[in-house]
Amino acid sequence: MTDFVASPPVIRPGGTVRPRPRRWKEHSILPGFGLSLGVTLIYLGLIVLLPLGVLAMRPWEIGLDGIVRTLTDARVAAALKITFGISFLAALTNGPLGLLIAWTLTRYEFPGRRIMDALVDLPFALPTAVAGIALTTLYAPTGPLGALAAKIGIKTAYSPLGIFIALVFIGLPFVVRSIQPVLQDLDRGVEEAAQTLGATDLQRIAYVVIPALGPAILSGISLAFARAVGEYGSVIFIAGNMPMKTEIAPLLIVIKLEQYDYAGAAAIGVAMVAISFGALIGMNILQMALARRGRT
Amino acid sequence: MIDAVAPGASRPLFRIVLPGIAPLMLLASAAAMAGLILLPLGVVFQEALAKGLMPYLAALKETDAIAAVKLTLLVAAISVPLNAVFGVAAAWTITKFEFRGKSVLLTLIDLPFSISPVVSGLVWVLLFGAQGIFGTWLIDHDVKIIFATPGLVLATILVTFPFVARELIPLMQEQGSDEEAAALTLGASGFTTFWRVTLPNIKWALLYGVLLCNARAMGEFGAVSVVSGHIRGLTNTLPLHVEVLYNDYDSVGAFAAASILAGLGIITLVLKTVLEWRHSGELSASRKH
Repeated sequence: MTDFVASPPVIRPGGTVRPRPRRWKEHSILPGFGLSLGVTLIYLGLIVLLPLGVLAMRPWEIGLDGIVRTLTDARVAAALKITFGISFLAALTNGPLGLLIAWTLTRYEFPGRRIMDALVDLPFALPTAVAGIALTTLYAPTGPLGALAAKIGIKTAYSPLGIFIALVFIGLPFVVRSIQPVLQDLDRGVEEAAQTLGATDLQRIAYVVIPALGPAILSGISLAFARAVGEYGSVIFIAGNMPMKTEIAPLLIVIKLEQYDYAGAAAIGVAMVAISFGALIGMNILQMALARRGRT
Repeated sequence: MIDAVAPGASRPLFRIVLPGIAPLMLLASAAAMAGLILLPLGVVFQEALAKGLMPYLAALKETDAIAAVKLTLLVAAISVPLNAVFGVAAAWTITKFEFRGKSVLLTLIDLPFSISPVVSGLVWVLLFGAQGIFGTWLIDHDVKIIFATPGLVLATILVTFPFVARELIPLMQEQGSDEEAAALTLGASGFTTFWRVTLPNIKWALLYGVLLCNARAMGEFGAVSVVSGHIRGLTNTLPLHVEVLYNDYDSVGAFAAASILAGLGIITLVLKTVLEWRHSGELSASRKH
């Protein structure tokens, strides 16, 4: 429904079908097109396009050399690697975890199911700074879960694992909410047919359910990834922010700004937008390929 | 108590087929939810009340805390209505008319969702900061945007930009424009049609969008932290106030302020769930679960 809908084709005498010449806008009896489009475009332009345009222009004042030098600087490169690497791992982990929770919520009836369903959205609703200090308190060496992990020799808060935990927290609802509607509409008849034909439960899940859910799982993972890459509030408390080890790219933007290195900050910002855009396009291609395979 | 139900099927499938796996999956889900979601929520209130009720209340009554609450409310009170008006206008444009470039417009509206909050703050510094494009002009004319309330508002607006539009567009797409067309044919004016026909049809989805937009506006951290300058009592919103106190090792103060925000999150969740239960028919299909 979101695409441009062409006018109905004109059938000429003689049978040749020729599309009616497209106008810029289809006629409609509803009023207010000019006003609503005007408001939309002006607001969009002022709030989103102008600022992002400025972001894209700013790094060039230090020239291509300067941009390359900024981005290949050991500390910046490390921060980008940490941000994208851990975001990717966290989003991947959210896949099976989200599937498990979505499965439990749609397939079983148990007391507290609706409360659990509502709580899935808590990472959306809880301000990130609150999530950040709460997770840090829990997973710090003195915190209840952190102390437990420390006993078996694992450092949670103030380590890459801490960043990972925060990003899993932030990304979980995206995956659950992507899978849930698809799982709900999944035709149970197909699963029953597989069972009647002698498939074991594992086979049924691996060959029938997962392929049908594939695109939804992937789309959830890519949404979680996109969110994780930009995440700041919940990460900076738990990360420890040691340069080269646990410093994330958004924090480095803040640091560059504090040093009045606007161009450097903008360069990192543009690099982040570009890399996540590329990753999202890749995910979309994979998702379309999966959807096509699922159909045939 | 654990029953396996198959929606739409009359016989419970799993009770026969999978005697062991259902409790196992339930347990695993419950453990994941508890460790990842319930415990962090609980810890906020536990730490806030760690030294008892009086220190907690005292922390809430502190002048800087009250100033932070007021500033947070002010910023949300400006940015949420603006984004709501924009959301309605954008949804009206996109769902009631067919024109070229519509999918581009949709993509651009979603764009702020894929930008890091820190970048959403950074762009305003590049425009209005001391070394920004309009920096010198603003200093000459003694106008403060960055490290002042206007900057906080701009950053919040950018971060929460798509929320209302995102809720309205799919719903209005499903509803079509037959009812509006009928009203117009019967002689209603454009404004009357919108006020009497469209608005009642979308009011719950609008409220839903405003609710999510508001939650994010009041809780936003990354974007406002870049433009705020962290001036206590002046440019610290509540989430920033939490950070300042936490970094000062004032645990009770930080978690007391955080408990207000956590309460806001819980209220948002409750209202959101109520809207989904009571008015699922009047929300877009993607919200009916």
